[in-house]
Amino acid sequence: MEEKKCSGCDHNGVDPKLKEILEKYVQDKSNLIQILNEVQNYYGYVPSKAQSAISEYLNIPMAEIYGVITFYSRFTLKPKGKNHIAICLGTACFVKGSERILDRAKERLGIDVGETSKDGMFSLEATRCIGACGLAPVFTVNGEVYGKATVKMFDEVLDKIMKE
Amino acid sequence: MKTLEEINKIREEKRKELDLRVNTKADTREKHILVCHGTGCTSSKSVDILNNFRKIIKEKNIENVRVIQTGCFGLCAKGPIVIIRPEDVFYAMVKPTDCEEIVEKHIQNGEIVERLLCKDIDNKTVKKLDELTFYKKQMRIALKNCGMIDPENIDEYFAFDGYKALEKVLKTMTPDEVIKEISDSGLRGRGGAGFPTGKKWQFTKDAVGDQKYVVCNADEGDPGAFMDRSILEGDPHSVVEAMMIAGYAIGADKGYIYVRAEYPIAVQRFQTAIDSAREYGILGKNIWGTGFNFDLEVRLGAGAFVCGEETALLESIEGRRGQPRLKPPFPANAGLWGKPTLINNVETYANITKIILNGAKWYSSIGTEKSKGTKVFALGGNVVNVGLVEVPMGVTLREIVYDIGGGIPNGRDFKAAQTGGPSGGCIPKEHLDTPIEYESLKEIGSMMGSGGLIVMDDSKCMVNLAKFYLGFTVDESCGKCTPCRIGTKRMYEILEKITSGKGEEEDIENLEKLAVSIQKASVCGLGQSAPNPVLSTLRYFRDEYEEHVKEKKCRAGECKAMMKLVIDPELCKGCGLCKRNCPAGAISGEVTKPHKIDNEKCIKCGVCLNNCHFKAIKNG
Amino acid sequence: MSNKNMVHLTINNIPVEVEEGTTILEAARKVNIDIPTLCFLKDINEVGDCRMCVVDVEGARGFATACIQKVAEGMVVKTDTPEVTEARKIVLDLILSNHDRECLTCSRNGTCELQKLAQEFYVDDIKYQGVRNEHEIDDISPSIVRNFNKCILCRRCVATCKKVQGIGAIDCINRGFESCISTVQNKSLNDVNCTFCGQCIESCPTGALKEKDSTAEVWRKLRDKDTYVVVQTAPAVRAALGEEFGMEIGTNVTGKMVTALKLLGFDKVFDTNTGADFTIVEEGNEFLERFSNKGTLPMITSCSPGWVRFIEMNYPELIPHLSSCKSPHQMFGAVIKSYYAEKMNIDPSKMYVVSVMPCIAKKFERTRDNMQGAGFDDVDSVLTTRELARMIKQAHIEFTNLEDSTFDDPMGEATGAGAIFGVTGGVMEAALRTVQEKLTGKSFDKLDFEAVRGMDGIKRAEIDINGTKVKVVVASGLKNAETIMEEIKSGKADYQFVEIMACPGGCIMGGGQPIRTSKERATIDIRGKRAKALYTIDEKSTIRKSHENPVVKKIYDDYLGEVGGHKAHTLLHTTYTAREKYNLDNE
Repeated sequence: MEEKKCSGCDHNGVDPKLKEILEKYVQDKSNLIQILNEVQNYYGYVPSKAQSAISEYLNIPMAEIYGVITFYSRFTLKPKGKNHIAICLGTACFVKGSERILDRAKERLGIDVGETSKDGMFSLEATRCIGACGLAPVFTVNGEVYGKATVKMFDEVLDKIMKE
Repeated sequence: MKTLEEINKIREEKRKELDLRVNTKADTREKHILVCHGTGCTSSKSVDILNNFRKIIKEKNIENVRVIQTGCFGLCAKGPIVIIRPEDVFYAMVKPTDCEEIVEKHIQNGEIVERLLCKDIDNKTVKKLDELTFYKKQMRIALKNCGMIDPENIDEYFAFDGYKALEKVLKTMTPDEVIKEISDSGLRGRGGAGFPTGKKWQFTKDAVGDQKYVVCNADEGDPGAFMDRSILEGDPHSVVEAMMIAGYAIGADKGYIYVRAEYPIAVQRFQTAIDSAREYGILGKNIWGTGFNFDLEVRLGAGAFVCGEETALLESIEGRRGQPRLKPPFPANAGLWGKPTLINNVETYANITKIILNGAKWYSSIGTEKSKGTKVFALGGNVVNVGLVEVPMGVTLREIVYDIGGGIPNGRDFKAAQTGGPSGGCIPKEHLDTPIEYESLKEIGSMMGSGGLIVMDDSKCMVNLAKFYLGFTVDESCGKCTPCRIGTKRMYEILEKITSGKGEEEDIENLEKLAVSIQKASVCGLGQSAPNPVLSTLRYFRDEYEEHVKEKKCRAGECKAMMKLVIDPELCKGCGLCKRNCPAGAISGEVTKPHKIDNEKCIKCGVCLNNCHFKAIKNG
Repeated sequence: MSNKNMVHLTINNIPVEVEEGTTILEAARKVNIDIPTLCFLKDINEVGDCRMCVVDVEGARGFATACIQKVAEGMVVKTDTPEVTEARKIVLDLILSNHDRECLTCSRNGTCELQKLAQEFYVDDIKYQGVRNEHEIDDISPSIVRNFNKCILCRRCVATCKKVQGIGAIDCINRGFESCISTVQNKSLNDVNCTFCGQCIESCPTGALKEKDSTAEVWRKLRDKDTYVVVQTAPAVRAALGEEFGMEIGTNVTGKMVTALKLLGFDKVFDTNTGADFTIVEEGNEFLERFSNKGTLPMITSCSPGWVRFIEMNYPELIPHLSSCKSPHQMFGAVIKSYYAEKMNIDPSKMYVVSVMPCIAKKFERTRDNMQGAGFDDVDSVLTTRELARMIKQAHIEFTNLEDSTFDDPMGEATGAGAIFGVTGGVMEAALRTVQEKLTGKSFDKLDFEAVRGMDGIKRAEIDINGTKVKVVVASGLKNAETIMEEIKSGKADYQFVEIMACPGGCIMGGGQPIRTSKERATIDIRGKRAKALYTIDEKSTIRKSHENPVVKKIYDDYLGEVGGHKAHTLLHTTYTAREKYNLDNE
């Protein structure tokens, strides 16, 4: 994932892209989660500056926005790693042993769930069902799904990324 | 904008054109290559398959062939799936590199590519989709169009009665007649609790309010369930149409669908459906000159299981943390922004158009006395035919697991099945013949739930399973009320204690007591049902709990802390594989002689157990 | 007359008849059955989260939430079944299992609602022990200390901050077991939009929120022979201090308080009411100048430091409307360290002025810029009513048995106008008494302005002063303040004089006042009783107009010179500045 940097701010210090996202929505509090979803998609996290801008735009106290961000697991406060690895722990995958792959991932990457490696190369997530239960167990790397996964397969995928 | 007449004209033309989709004897020179674009298949590169087909057909300049993306066919275990119509040939586990061969042999020369056909449970090779046992006991009502039409093409939806139910309702029925039809059909909520749908509509219609809303709950959070996702991906218009009918019936002009953002394909297809319906003038003001106004908006969830609870969902649509509200008042009286709101789930809506078109009598003839119609299940876990199935209410669990599901793989035994996900309970072997209906499932300590059906073989530890579900609830508890916020955490801690071999006798009793109080005292359905996996495993597998506590033993071998691995000298051939792979250096022995495990050094990782070719290593 | 329908039900087999719309809790209390609550705060936090109040209602699936659920005809309620009792016990056990149980060293020992329940349920062991959330204590701000290891997530503070005050400095963050009440980025309250009104403390059932303690420092100064320690007490303190010693709400304990302060060892005990009289004289003059010379109107009062912080953060463009007058205790501190020090020949650098206030924002106010009128901090330390009570208890003074004594001369003389400063509308009323006479040059008999009295959040009135119309508005509670500011900002308002107090009801309900339980707040008119105490002092005062206070007059004549003059400005006025709402980290 390419990290988005602020590409020139307008005079209010608001990233034009952020402004564009905000202005797609009317200034109604109920649009908070919609906006956060777009911000998360664009930046890969919800930057503090975006939180301030949303707070101003929707007239919602920042603590409330922070409360919403920390409530929903899709929103993150820190950028994810260059390679985001997610291992499905939905029931279908769990029953088929996805925990073993998760353990392996933690071991290989040296990070825990929800963390990003120090060099920023990897982040690890344990997701709930992604709906590909037919392929259980599954894991994804930057959104690409690997089905009927084994520890061996995971190792191979990881080796390949590390070589690149 | 299209008039009703224009739409009916499109419908007629399209129906003729698409006859080959449903008629194997269709008189046509055309062929349709249907490529499954459900999540399972797209995850294994069905998009590449579709593009390859298109490319090859263009290159070869072949006429009369169309390549179409469809929703889920159901048999996900065999994906990616490609079907050729009208002859209805079913290709399984297709790779992008297989396209060339399919086109050359099948399309150009009429030869079937035998190697891509799939085998049925009896090991016979099957050519056609409906020859598969998997489909024989199914009955597709909610999934009727899934796998048959291109979900992103409204014209294809028209061809198969699309928006005919809406036309019937707007032109010939009063709101009361619509509600009566739904009530008479016996349809009950498919989201879990099974509240009669007609009654819900009636309550919302009767509620006083200047503004009312229709909401579709598509926040399918049960891990291991993907029914709603498949419907939205395969037949989004059926939900749009049903929500409009609901809007007409209760007097609402605005609808929201709340979908998980983790379902990008479903979101995109539903949005496309809304856009094309708007373009055709089906959504908007004064629809077809009837004076009925209706519009729809997609709202995205952001990863919170609790938002599947209807009042938490409302909070989330309003832009807040998904914390449930206390009931009463119910959403029918005070829902979105305090206005009367009808909330149904995707599958419930997917039944509506069929009930309107075929009548309540037809619908209520399917199923059992108290549970009418069909139910879609996402069949997963240790079962051969993992996938999406729709069965009439009343079939037994055994039929689903063994006939449709093809039984348990790897020669293992059935141990239990879990319905209702983290809110449900497990069903043991002795209840395999229980008919699938709301009441009977409840009686045996489980629930219908939204449709997740996970099969477990005898390698699964039920205490560990209960811990898995509790772990899920702890993660997903919103934190609003004490019993759920702290109570589920404490339950989890007790289970952790038991599964790590530190259980004490009073733990089981304490666990039970806590479970009962959480059930009764929690604010919402999530908390109230959170203890179910524990209570139901305690009900049927108490001996396993006791074994863990008293004997410090896990018979399934899943609770690693209690593992005591031994090598059977009779079976060990001394190949040395275990010794080489042991990360702790706990295995010793000379080549060709029986090896030994030093349990002091053993870290109970289980690598040796999984690698031994001679099944010589046992958890004793 | 109520036209409401009556509903009949039974509670523990006792027949009850109540009005439609009554909650199960209210109905039960009517027949002397109490139901334990924790998260419930009437009209403010009616969420049913804690689950202590669960009861059994015949025919219902789960338990009912007694604090919210309304009664229905024929309802059969049981509040004491074994299942209900067991569930409540478990809920309490769970709460305690995640609570810092160092009760003996807690500021709320003895007044904690959770502790009381633990006693009532006779908790002798925590059955469900487990991991406990650990939080760092936030004691950075000058006013509030947050210790979330004692938080039980009732969210009474959140609702108060957000719904009553319209601030939303704190909210619930994270989810599930990790949920906690915090600020954006878990910052200190010092770095966010908190106004330090302290209403959150008033609503907290446990010791998770408290004032920043200043007693230790004051004790130290009292014991230091080289320091001349002067204390002044705000009007609202005397109307509530007795509560800390079990006295009836609304008891005026001025005399006992003064005696206690002398026993504690303060060198002089003065009355902030006198400071209030200075404020009225200066503020009245400022208003008249603005009114006659077409200055910036409306003029808005500036006595409430929570309010001042609010406007600086949220409406910096309206700062010119704020009266430049310091609040009474700051003015008085400046006068003590200048006039009084000179008069008594005391080195002001050796003086230590303690203000006893019903307010925790005053702790912040004294640290503001331009609060050093005489070249030293006007005020050196602020104690809340609660802290004063704590000191009296620490000294083992039997407060209720004390004889009355009076404030020290020469700064103890105050008017009734100064006394009503402690209640919403009081500053306005006191100002109007002075303004009407200064404007007309006549003496008025009518001193009561009923239109600005009462406990409504917003009171608008048009005052006719011999034909001159003055349009005024009085608002208490910051949410109401926001309403008025929006009116002014949009140009819709044509007020000339605005009184704002940050706390709903005014200083009598300030964040430093004795904390009352949820049940007391639901069943007793605390505001009304405390307000009455102050209005009674006013009624009984011989002098009821600030500008007639002989001490005030004398000090102007002898020392300050002209009202609003140069010296008065140096000592009695201050400045304001726009303030960032948030001081956050950027990634």
